[in-house]
Amino acid sequence: MQCPKCHAPMHTYNRNGVQIEQCSGCRGIFLDYGELEALTRLESQWSQPAPPPPPAPQAYPAPPAPAWGAPHGGHGGGHYGGHHGGHHRHKSFGHMLFSS
Amino acid sequence: MTTPLLPEITARLKARAHPSTPTCPCPTTTLADRPDTTVVRHAHTVAKAHAPDTPHATLTPRLQTAAHLPDLFLPPLTRTPTTLHNRLVTFWPYGTPVDPDDPDAAPWEAAATLLARLHRTSPPTPVPPMRGPIKTAHAIARLTTATATASATPAASVTAAACPILRAWHTLPAWARAEAPMPDTTTLCHGDLHLGQLVRHPAPDGPWRLIDVDDLGTGVPAWDLARPAAWYACGLLPPDEWTRFLDTYRAEGGPAVPSAGDPWPALDIPARALTVQTAARAVTKAITEDRPLDEIEMSVIDACARMGSVPPQLPPDSAK
Repeated sequence: MQCPKCHAPMHTYNRNGVQIEQCSGCRGIFLDYGELEALTRLESQWSQPAPPPPPAPQAYPAPPAPAWGAPHGGHGGGHYGGHHGGHHRHKSFGHMLFSS
Repeated sequence: MTTPLLPEITARLKARAHPSTPTCPCPTTTLADRPDTTVVRHAHTVAKAHAPDTPHATLTPRLQTAAHLPDLFLPPLTRTPTTLHNRLVTFWPYGTPVDPDDPDAAPWEAAATLLARLHRTSPPTPVPPMRGPIKTAHAIARLTTATATASATPAASVTAAACPILRAWHTLPAWARAEAPMPDTTTLCHGDLHLGQLVRHPAPDGPWRLIDVDDLGTGVPAWDLARPAAWYACGLLPPDEWTRFLDTYRAEGGPAVPSAGDPWPALDIPARALTVQTAARAVTKAITEDRPLDEIEMSVIDACARMGSVPPQLPPDSAK
């Protein structure tokens, strides 16, 4: 295509999956629909190398539980033995695991 | 009661552990000494004194079942119990238990595999019914006694916690309260599965085997899955550990739950019963020790309270 401003030919470059047309004359850049948003998204990922992890317990749907069970996920939900993130279990639950 | 029993068991144990040197210097360790059970270890041999009211006629076929199934159970050293001070005593090889300080290393897959295979095994010898429901009934009886005699305790809230437990107990069907035969009278079950019922044999790193034959028998196999199910339902066992256990059981062809879909119609009644049992034991213990209930115990009692508003689910084939 030709540059809408100076009418010099435009060259297509691929930057991280985004197609960018740049004018070989005036160096102006043409973006297709949605490409500005795609670049903005890439930029925010670059400045934030670790994307915020999804809440771990909700990463997969919880297996079914009975209606009388502890409310999962919400406030006052599961203790999971009082441990979060794989640390120590609550001592009382540790004992419960081993007793009749 | 255990005072004359313990030295006698120890002497027998030493003689069995190394017959040529009964005066050996190896230490003898008491692994458990409760009113109903005494377990003593000497070198590679363990002796267990069973509950005082254990009948010879029911323990013997249970012991022989374990002896017939060495791929599932720790194999006993003798096929019949010995009587010492009116107690039945059995002898076993030592196996390495799950480390109680590291329950995160719980062998959920091994437990599920052993149970699935057990439930698919025809009883090699006729055995009595599995004792799960009767143990829950005993826990309720002890709770009732403890609350009745706890008038002096300042912990009124602990005694009050008995109410939702008893209400939940009364919503259970008769079979789950040991007041009627179980709907399954042919499937071989362990009857009291928890993480203390698995050992590695030969110690220290042999394959996992089930121990404790006292409650073994025929019955509803979902009972053996119901403790982990109850812990998961009460929000205590993380979903991934429950999933590992349940998925392995299904992959091994365990018959207690359908191979896919919602397992809860099959698990609901046994999981309720074991939640009730756990809550009853916690409250009885708190009353006896005159202490408040902790957060974990409360979560089990809260589950009992919620059971009142949700009628028990029935498995699809419960009409039989």
